[in-house]
Amino acid sequence: MAERTLVQAVRDALAEEMERDPRVCVLGEDVGLKGGVFKATEGLQARFGPERVMDTPLAESSIVAVAQGLALEGYRPVAEIQFADYSFPAFNQIVNEVARIRYRSNGDFGCPLVIRAPTGGGVRGGLYHSQSVEAFYCHVPGLKVVLPSTPADAKGLLKSAVRDPDPVIFLEPKKLYRAGREEVAEGDGALRRLGEAALVRAGRDVTAITYGYLRVVTLQAAARLQEEGIEVEVVDLRTLRPWDVETCLGSVRRTGRVAVVYEANRTGGFGAEVAAELAERCFESLDAPVTRLAGPDVPAMPFSPALEQAFLPDADRIAAGLRRLARF
Amino acid sequence: MTTTADALALGLSRDQALAAYTTVCRARALDDRRFLLNRAGAIAFIISPRGHEVAQAAAIAALQPGRDRFCLYYRDFAAALACGFTSAELMLSAFARADDPSSGGRQTPGNFGSRRRGVIIGSSTVGPQIPKAAGIGLGLKWKGEGALCYVSFGEGATSQGDFHEGLNFAAIHSCPVVFFCENNHWAISVPQPLQVAGAGVAARAAAYGIPGVVVAGDDFFAVYRAVAEAARRARAGDGPSLIEAQVLRLQSHSTDDDQRSYRDPGELAAEAEHDPIPVFQHQLEELGWLSEAEDRRIRAALEEEIDSATALAEAAPDPDPSTLSRHVYADG
Repeated sequence: MAERTLVQAVRDALAEEMERDPRVCVLGEDVGLKGGVFKATEGLQARFGPERVMDTPLAESSIVAVAQGLALEGYRPVAEIQFADYSFPAFNQIVNEVARIRYRSNGDFGCPLVIRAPTGGGVRGGLYHSQSVEAFYCHVPGLKVVLPSTPADAKGLLKSAVRDPDPVIFLEPKKLYRAGREEVAEGDGALRRLGEAALVRAGRDVTAITYGYLRVVTLQAAARLQEEGIEVEVVDLRTLRPWDVETCLGSVRRTGRVAVVYEANRTGGFGAEVAAELAERCFESLDAPVTRLAGPDVPAMPFSPALEQAFLPDADRIAAGLRRLARF
Repeated sequence: MTTTADALALGLSRDQALAAYTTVCRARALDDRRFLLNRAGAIAFIISPRGHEVAQAAAIAALQPGRDRFCLYYRDFAAALACGFTSAELMLSAFARADDPSSGGRQTPGNFGSRRRGVIIGSSTVGPQIPKAAGIGLGLKWKGEGALCYVSFGEGATSQGDFHEGLNFAAIHSCPVVFFCENNHWAISVPQPLQVAGAGVAARAAAYGIPGVVVAGDDFFAVYRAVAEAARRARAGDGPSLIEAQVLRLQSHSTDDDQRSYRDPGELAAEAEHDPIPVFQHQLEELGWLSEAEDRRIRAALEEEIDSATALAEAAPDPDPSTLSRHVYADG
């Protein structure tokens, strides 16, 4: 066990999987010589060589297409898209090609690959380095979507994603890359299964279902509400597709009140899907309306710190939302 | 004119040339039948290879199905047949039957796929197979077994960013890829002058530092020679090549299109006089490799083959609706 930040945990996961399986390779912009703009692949090229850790041209569509070609040849590529905002030039390759190849070939072909991308805001990245893109990919059957928020989850889930027979979009909250350290296991002991949520705080009054950076903020809000006598149960989804409906249902049946807390634009955000499913499945357990506490419906997170803060839900706003729900 | 010596110098035997000729005639006979079936309301949608067949069969004849990889596009019926698909299989696809080997009736016909044949399943968007082929080529290069990836597309696809990204990547890494453009000068209703700036598709190869050649798509031996040279380079580790085969689109884009509504009648009539199949037939006759009697025998056998393929496909079961959700993920 060693203390690791989230970005170090990502790097460890890649190194361990490359060590374990010679088919695993890494490709993307600046992942080689530089080791990635966030240093997630630092040292890997020196260790594994310029083919297994390949700097690609600045062209996201071909990064994904080449990764798919390698997967079709039996390799296990991990492609990095430098920022999730830049996955859109590869959208056709991801959605029409990678995600649908198994279905459109009636099971004859598969495409085991991982597309990693830093996601979310709060780092002064402005409109084009702060976006939350998960809803676009969660909409697509054939993809799995993972969004961890702790070093141990990042490592364990990335290792599982690399071993998964299907394509995985692996989104890393960049604001948490170096936000803290925790003990992270090594080797197979670090593995975490895809599709399992974590109940990260128990509480009997309100359920807050969250993921990514807002897990941290939601826990701050929950600690604050504790002082007011409101007990908040916090669930971190960790994997968004497939998401752990049962764990969420269990919590909501206990509390009767639920808010889905997410950073992305409110309308059509992944939290809207969670809210809809829960409303359908546990209506009889609810004592209050299923609520979304989400980013605003503006195009993206602005560069100005004042506007950035106005965009990003903070502990005050999340606590206010949860308090309203508790008192409903 | 191609002499026997020329043909033999290419490494082609009479049997290989006749097999390719049979493939060409098979593709045409299938196309004719599928149009009848479409007009009779029996099948939904067809894209025709008419005018492209000789170029397609020549290209695949110069390669090694079973060893190489093939990223075909939706007009590549003769190429698919040359890769090993049968008339019955393509008819099952036309009828969207459960036993369609490419997709079990899930995709429109022309999206060929067969892992055991090395034919990478296509999709219906234009051009995404081009950078994918670069990635397959990279994997083949790493394996170092001398196999290559062939990828085909129309000239319309060369307007996509994926065309540039694929050629650029393959050229940077000397991937063993043969880029084969079937330029019929029309992307549905948009003519080449509104599609391709500059001297043409092959000229773009210069920007990537790779060979780019233009060949007459109705000259079987010229196409074979160009693809064989590109394959030799690829297998030797010398990287990709771009070949532009000039072909004619002797049929509308698809059964949902009528090119008479936007093309000049005189031009259509003139092109109809330049069907590549009689040209190939004449070449084989000149070589003494094909007689009129043999040609009649081939075509008659194909008529029977298409009859039984049609009967088989008509009688074949549809996919079971309960399978709708299968193969979304590996475990389902």
